[in-house]
Amino acid sequence: MTDADGPELRAVGEDALLVELGSAEQVAALYAQLLDRRAELPEIAEVVPAARTVLLDGVADRAALARALAGWELPEHPPADGPLVTLPTVYDGPDLAEVAALWGVSPEAAVRIHTGAEYRVAFCGFAPGFGYLTGLAPRYEVPRRDSPRSSVPAGSVALAGPYTGVYPRSSPGGWQLLGRTVVPLWDERREPAALLTPGVRVRFTAERG
Amino acid sequence: MELVVERPGPLTTVQDQGRRGVAHLGVPRAGALDGPALAAANRLVGNPPGAAALETTLGGVALRASAPLLVAVTGAPAPVRVGGRPAAWGAAVAVGAGELVEIGAATHGVRSYLAVAGGIAVPEVFGSRSADLLSGLGPSPLRTGDRLPVGPPPPAPGGELVPLPGPPAELFLPLRPGPRADWFTPAAFTALARGRYRISPASNRIALRTEGPALPRARTGELPSEGMVLGAVQVPPDGHPVIFLADHPTTGGYPVIGVVPAAALPLAAQARPGTPLRFTLLGRTDVQRRAR
Repeated sequence: MTDADGPELRAVGEDALLVELGSAEQVAALYAQLLDRRAELPEIAEVVPAARTVLLDGVADRAALARALAGWELPEHPPADGPLVTLPTVYDGPDLAEVAALWGVSPEAAVRIHTGAEYRVAFCGFAPGFGYLTGLAPRYEVPRRDSPRSSVPAGSVALAGPYTGVYPRSSPGGWQLLGRTVVPLWDERREPAALLTPGVRVRFTAERG
Repeated sequence: MELVVERPGPLTTVQDQGRRGVAHLGVPRAGALDGPALAAANRLVGNPPGAAALETTLGGVALRASAPLLVAVTGAPAPVRVGGRPAAWGAAVAVGAGELVEIGAATHGVRSYLAVAGGIAVPEVFGSRSADLLSGLGPSPLRTGDRLPVGPPPPAPGGELVPLPGPPAELFLPLRPGPRADWFTPAAFTALARGRYRISPASNRIALRTEGPALPRARTGELPSEGMVLGAVQVPPDGHPVIFLADHPTTGGYPVIGVVPAAALPLAAQARPGTPLRFTLLGRTDVQRRAR
């Protein structure tokens, strides 16, 4: 973290530190380093990446942690070799036509655009195992639906803002639904329980319904 | 050994010390809202302090023991009956096979804790037996007829009751400003420091909601989602501060004006709707603000 305009550290409560970064790429890069080098840092209970920040919560010695992080060289990009998960997806979602219209293409072309990108789990939130996936070009950002659905089926592949997400379980949701995957994203009895964890790379492939 | 639910009460859940180390998967911490009361109940029956017990909400609970058991009730004071006879609150009480354990409505406070020697032995999820009402992880809230397994009784005899503060008639919560204090006007901090708030009836295990002066923002727009801590005071667009409790979401997009230290939250979780609330602003903590 040698850039003078680089990460800003904010104290949170009594024992947490929020590291604020300039981009999702930098968040992924810092998160990868934190996983690699956690042993050399003061004890941290939770490392929580998000859109532009990494939260370090339950820190044993916050001042020492801040000093240690200040000495880190942080690459601009995360490592490109994270584990890769492929999600076979049936693109028959109720919002596919609307998303295609927003992009100014046919539904078939929208599927090609979505399957053509490689994604990365930027962070999890909203529900256990719900990953916020980056990787679509900024011109494909779409708004949330005006009114959320009261129930979105498990496995729904959806878009909102710059993110793609897959609903691990049935829940209410306001994202635009492109389709569905049959791959179980969350299973408490499985180790690991979550298929999509921060840093995992993801590809979608189009399957027949 | 098991406890069979005869009357679940308005909301009774299994709680222990909750889940740590899995927030990056979107898994909330959960766990007893009044941790010291949980530990006290467990101590009375000889359990480790974080053993799983039952957390009631205002209206109590009734369960039938399948075998002789040792139980203790702490937290919100409430009448306790065992086998139809009045029994002590805040003490270990022997329950005979087939006898009913009843906790009545809390006379003060919100949440009573019923510990049983051996602990509630439902399966662990991520190292905890706690019910998480935000994400639905862990056991569901109790329903009539549920059978709760009880673990083998601990070898140690029970300890003494540790005196704990009673539920507050008026709540004073310390608040450490940040990390998004810069999203608010100076008037917001004046309102926080001088304003008279009340605990809202919309409060639950996820958050204490408040009624009182709204906190004006210095900037508009949305904050990209960021990690949330226990005790974070998030301010949604309506300006009314929301204090995160154990089942809080792991990330959120509303700015956090400050954080209530975790040590102040057990008492806060015993404050009933309508309880007057005032914030006490602590000094800001300086970390090395910008990495070099």
